[in-house]
Amino acid sequence: MVDPSATRLAPEADVAAPVIELRGAGKTYRSGSIEFEALKGIDLAIYEGEYVAIMGPSGSGKSTIMNVLGCLDTLTRGEYRLGGTDVNDLDEVELAEIRNRQIGFVFQGFNLLSSLPAWRNVELPLIYGGIPRHERKQRAEQALDRVGLGDRFENRPGELSGGQQQRVAVARALVGEPTMILADEPTGNLDSVSTQDVLELFDELHARGRTIVLITHELEVAQRAARIVWVRDGEVIRDELTEAAAA
Amino acid sequence: MSWLESFRTSWSAVYSHALRSTLTVLGILIGIAAVILTVGLGLGTQKDVSAQISSLGSNLLIVAPGSSTDTAGVRGGFGSSSTLTIADAEALESSVNAPDISGVAAEKTTSLSLEANDTNWTTSVTGTTTSWLDVRARTLSTGEFISADDEETSALVVVLGSETADELFGTQRVVGQSVVISDKTFQVIGVLDSAGSDSSSNLDDVAIVPFSTAASVLVGGTESSAVSTIYLQASSDGQLSAAYQEAQTLLLNLHSIGDSTAADFTISSQDALVSTATAVYATLTILLTGVAALSLLVGGIGVMNIMLVSVSERTREIGLRKALGAPPGAIRRQFLIEAAILGLSGGLLGALLGVTAALVLPGVIGSSIVVSPAAVGLSIGVAIVIGISFGVYPATRAARLAPIDALRSE
Ligand SMILES: Nc1ncnc2c1ncn2[C@@H]1O[C@H](COP(=O)(O)OP(=O)(O)OP(=O)(O)O)[C@@H](O)[C@H]1O
Ligand SMILES: [Mg+2]
Repeated sequence: MVDPSATRLAPEADVAAPVIELRGAGKTYRSGSIEFEALKGIDLAIYEGEYVAIMGPSGSGKSTIMNVLGCLDTLTRGEYRLGGTDVNDLDEVELAEIRNRQIGFVFQGFNLLSSLPAWRNVELPLIYGGIPRHERKQRAEQALDRVGLGDRFENRPGELSGGQQQRVAVARALVGEPTMILADEPTGNLDSVSTQDVLELFDELHARGRTIVLITHELEVAQRAARIVWVRDGEVIRDELTEAAAA
Repeated sequence: MSWLESFRTSWSAVYSHALRSTLTVLGILIGIAAVILTVGLGLGTQKDVSAQISSLGSNLLIVAPGSSTDTAGVRGGFGSSSTLTIADAEALESSVNAPDISGVAAEKTTSLSLEANDTNWTTSVTGTTTSWLDVRARTLSTGEFISADDEETSALVVVLGSETADELFGTQRVVGQSVVISDKTFQVIGVLDSAGSDSSSNLDDVAIVPFSTAASVLVGGTESSAVSTIYLQASSDGQLSAAYQEAQTLLLNLHSIGDSTAADFTISSQDALVSTATAVYATLTILLTGVAALSLLVGGIGVMNIMLVSVSERTREIGLRKALGAPPGAIRRQFLIEAAILGLSGGLLGALLGVTAALVLPGVIGSSIVVSPAAVGLSIGVAIVIGISFGVYPATRAARLAPIDALRSE
């Protein structure tokens, strides 16, 4: 099963720097006078082309890590280097470009715009990527096809099941062909058939060299990845290679 | 992201939130239409009244018995004493003593009952001279006016106001009919055109008879030579004050009064009336403008509400767009265009509605509405400013949030 001997992992150790690197990353949430330390100094390095699963109990800080990795949230301590650059040194416009070009994010709560049909939701990243209109629709429909929603282009999120909405969210993350896919529980609402479909899609993207980080609480899903990072109470407690890595 | 793309995004947001957009546009539209109409109504009333006043006769001076500076009871109230006589009127006609007065019409008015067939009607019977028609700027709808001959012979002839004729004869032919006044039978020789009413009387409910007839047949006694009003027509607009001076000097002389402050008559001009009325209606316009501004404010607060709700409702959308790679500028632009679309369409539709109503309503309510370009421009400007400040400002603030904070907002 899991190889417990692996501690520090670099499948492509010859590649110089990790694409993603957290150093002593800390995050403290403040609501009024109440402070909550969600991340307590995390060190994590992920190399290009890696397929990493993050696991841990509810409230352990998985989504918080993912939001930081996706440049959606900022650390209160430590640093986050993306492709060798400290994201703190980037301005809003540069960050927007990174979110658009390099990162495909699947949110835990989908975050679809309820007023727009499925294909328009999927198209959104392409609008900000400056892709011309005719090409956008074509690519949005291709992406929906890939997640098995070829017949649901025109449906609004409210007219789709939870699993279908989740797949629209996955399609939106893929459509811009980002180098990194960050997915927060992408199979949480899917039945076993759809779960297999989405995981095959990720396998395929991984095979084509994309870096994939996904959060899951299903060991079965996590084992499709090459590496599992275990988080508890805002700390990384284990970081190991799976059988899939050996394969 | 280009402006065209921003426009498409904004348009689809406006379009896909049809109800919210409609309400916003309605709020602006009603506010603007209300401003255009209330200001227009104020200006229109002002114009109507000025027109009515100047239609009473141009270059007119009105001489009334009694002093306007009187204390009550000393010389009798305004118009109640008989300090003016027909002799005064005749003197004012002199082209030597009063060269700038081109027309004089003395009036002697009493309220009497008129009887025709079986109908009784009480109206003000005015004895006057042939120049009355000219001086008062009136016209006849049928028949003729009192002639010099009638005046000479104290003929029993009468010219009726349009309303009086209506009351007495209805739809019948009026000229040639007989009317009994104070037991004397008068022949109707003409009917006046309608002139509406002025501040003190109904100009269409009158009966005009020769002055001599009124003096001898209807009033009689010592009062016979007294007149109630003398209307003077200045030879031109510019001569009004000269005419005023001449009339004053002449009358003071005739009445042997040295001090003009002790005059037993009062001369007033239509000009004074016009400017008083104009001042009154200017006040009215300010009042109506206040009401209009208030309705614009109420409309604006409505728009503000919808915009604020829509921005907080859409903070998650802003967060999501940022998460997917929208730079802050694109977010600002999207909401700016959205607010402009709503503000402009509300503004233009409101202007259209206001102007259309301004064209249609006068036919229904009977007073004119003047469309003021300043009111139209200003209210559209206010609508856009409201849209932008309450749509774009919160959106800009939301665009500054970290995407995840915007996404988490409820
Ligand atoms: N905005 C916030 N303000 C305050 N506390 C927060 C906030 N967001 C998250 N937390 C807290 O931080 C901790 C980590 O949250 P996080 O969402 O990362 O958990 P998670 O591991 O993703 O859990 P789950 O598996 O349930 O999604 C939780 O205890 C949560 O209550
Ligand atoms: Mg989570």
